Amino acid sequence: MTLDSSARLEVDPLIDDPATRIIVCCGAGGVGKTTTAAALGVRAAERGRKVVVLTIDPARRLAQSMGIDSLDNTPRRVEGIEGGGELHAMMLDMKRTFDEIVEAHADAERARAILENPFYQSLSAGFAGTQEYMAMEKLGQLRAREEWDLIIVDTPPSRSALDFLDAPKRLGSFLDGKFIKLLMAPAKMGGRAGMKFLNVGMSMMTGTLGKLLGGQLLRDVQTFVAAMDTMFGGFRTRADATYRLLQAPGTAFMVVAAPERDALREAAYFVERLAEEDMPLAGLVLNRVHVSGAARLSAERALAAAENLDEGGIVDQGHGKTGVRDAAAVSPESPSAGHSPEAHPQVAEEPSESKNSRTQTTQEMTAGLLRLHAERMQVLAREQRTRDRFTALHPEVPVAEVPALPGDVHDLVGLRAIGDRLATGGRAPAGAA
Amino acid sequence: MSRLQVVSGKGGTGKTTVAAALALALATEGKRTLLVEVEGRQGIAQLFETEALPYEERKIAVASGGGEVFALAIDAERALLDYLQMFYKLGSAGRALKKIGAIDFATTIAPGVRDVLLTGKACEAVRRRDRQGRYVYDYVVMDAPPTGRITRFLNVNDEVAGLARIGPIHNQAQAVMRVLKSPETAVHLVTLLEEMPVQETADGVAELRAADLPVGNAIVNMVRPHLLDEDAVHDAANGRRAAVTDALKAAGVTGAAGLVTPLLEQAAEHAERVELEREQRKALNALELGAYELPMLSEGVDLAGLYQLAKELRKQGAGS
Ligand SMILES: Nc1ncnc2c1ncn2[C@@H]1O[C@H](COP(=O)(O)OP(=O)(O)O)[C@@H](O)[C@H]1O
Ligand SMILES: Nc1ncnc2c1ncn2[C@@H]1O[C@H](COP(=O)(O)OP(=O)(O)O)[C@@H](O)[C@H]1O
Ligand SMILES: [Mg+2]
Ligand SMILES: [Mg+2]
Repeated sequence: MTLDSSARLEVDPLIDDPATRIIVCCGAGGVGKTTTAAALGVRAAERGRKVVVLTIDPARRLAQSMGIDSLDNTPRRVEGIEGGGELHAMMLDMKRTFDEIVEAHADAERARAILENPFYQSLSAGFAGTQEYMAMEKLGQLRAREEWDLIIVDTPPSRSALDFLDAPKRLGSFLDGKFIKLLMAPAKMGGRAGMKFLNVGMSMMTGTLGKLLGGQLLRDVQTFVAAMDTMFGGFRTRADATYRLLQAPGTAFMVVAAPERDALREAAYFVERLAEEDMPLAGLVLNRVHVSGAARLSAERALAAAENLDEGGIVDQGHGKTGVRDAAAVSPESPSAGHSPEAHPQVAEEPSESKNSRTQTTQEMTAGLLRLHAERMQVLAREQRTRDRFTALHPEVPVAEVPALPGDVHDLVGLRAIGDRLATGGRAPAGAA
Repeated sequence: MSRLQVVSGKGGTGKTTVAAALALALATEGKRTLLVEVEGRQGIAQLFETEALPYEERKIAVASGGGEVFALAIDAERALLDYLQMFYKLGSAGRALKKIGAIDFATTIAPGVRDVLLTGKACEAVRRRDRQGRYVYDYVVMDAPPTGRITRFLNVNDEVAGLARIGPIHNQAQAVMRVLKSPETAVHLVTLLEEMPVQETADGVAELRAADLPVGNAIVNMVRPHLLDEDAVHDAANGRRAAVTDALKAAGVTGAAGLVTPLLEQAAEHAERVELEREQRKALNALELGAYELPMLSEGVDLAGLYQLAKELRKQGAGS
């Protein structure tokens, strides 16, 4: 099962290369960005590098097992890493990062005024894009510390992967907006006296907004804007610097996608956008791909065989080598496995298809195995089609496939397993085709 | 059944899909539903395979049985301009405000203001009556922001209280809260049988309850069938390998001997997944919510799939 037309993404050479300083894992929501970032971190550290992983929204159990669930907004060393390297990890606290910027760029009194302002509070907690902006900011800070030779960044759970690139600019242009400038003008000229310089139209408008929103609100805005004024320049300069960092040669983007239509469409947009922005793409990680060790048995043939078994009597009970235990196991008990009635309004404990194995004959069980296989093969075929569509569009993009694990990934063992699969591109030795 | 149906959930679990299916399901014979979108993503238009929705209610589907589904993409800026127009007869001054970015400013920097405009529009549709005094829409279904933001989004009163203490926005917030905290509203949470979405659902339910907002159902989406359970797999792997090989041969499968191991491996993975799902179900049950379950559509969701999900919701009691 290989991708005929696209190259393989070679992960180990990339993470081993001392020239690689930043890896950004991006993609649509829920595809496995955080998992991939953490798995790359573990692997790179165990191969000898000094790594820091900036995660945004790790699953709770994963954060706990890495010891980064405390949210103190600074990297912690992860225990249990084998080999010569080090792994440090942290979880981004967006509000705290914003507060720290304010504290670093304003004197104590002014900083307090900003932090207490209701507008600052909604901006720092809720502005669409604040999280993306703060992730970039944190990346810049980590890079400036020169303590790690590899920084791996996870990206926020936005619906669109492009948000990560667009959001900081959006915040920047918002802070640069005409209206803010207008509001700031009088403040710059010195509080109330400056108000006189507002033209009539303008004061009518602010008056209207004031009536609509309440006068207090507009005064809060003005205080906020005045207090932030000195910081705006700094904001923009740093956002621009971080953006340039993303274009630097030591940076590599990994676009993560699930083999589903929407996620791959998103990945394609992102690949195109990176090219436009001159940002270096390492490749596509196709995560949670299904594989089968029995791929030579097609779905159709598996289903046909299952039907043969359903029709029964082809193999009868005593036939062949069913052992004593088996004979007991298939003793004809009542097959009705307490089919529960319509189970609303509660979540049904269990869909009713599965029967108690004690009452399942070898035929029934084998038919079950075949149906399961047919379902798996249908999934494989669908994933192959969506993947082919992507490769047809972007044959130049190297791809690494990571098979879906049956459970979720919540500890170092799981992360290592993902790392192995990343590095072997999914062509695991264990008989997987 | 509550007339305002709010659909939230972790991103990517199927909020937009489920909201659309619910709007179809509730549009039973002679009924009319309004499906509203608040995040400017045009997800509804994509789903119904139509061009982008304007800021205007328009019919997008006829449900099976003849009910009608209307859709509206609510735009906070337009809603604010409407309000300004309504209260101040602004005319061209409104456009000027927009031009200098004041509207953008007011609707972005103060998320509370933005939210009250969005929820306000939805609540207005819930209460709207025609000349005969009948409700214009029997149900309004909202494709809402994700679980992480839903409580703040709906709890506009608290959000706005700190910002706008008087004035029409303040009054609007009060009126909206009356609808949102009443039995007229139900907030559903879409989830998958996976750790993260279930955890988010649990957190979301706790937050909604703490804010006195009416929690509706858990909607378990993309449910896959259980074909074999763990005991069966165990049995097959231990005692019955040879018998399974024979059964495969007899069923006409060539190369049966080489297939048993991978088939059993797949079955073991399946059993592991079933077991994990069982745990997640248990966690959901502990929340004591009502529930709907929607199957995973193996070919993805197209229009036909949407009607199929709607049918499933009706079967489970939506709209009756
Ligand atoms: N290859 C995989 N096999 C099985 N589960 C996976 C795999 N990759 C990710 N997951 C699980 O999927 C869920 C979402 O992954 P996550 O990395 O948090 O996604 P994202 O950061 O893109 O939102 C997590 O519960 C994670 O354990
Ligand atoms: N029951 C289902 N079966 C199969 N695919 C589904 C199902 N529900 C949703 N999807 C798919 O999952 C993806 C995310 O769904 P969407 O409704 O856009 O989620 P959200 O609005 O929560 O981000 C879409 O590709 C959608 O087609
Ligand atoms: Mg994540
Ligand atoms: Mg959506």
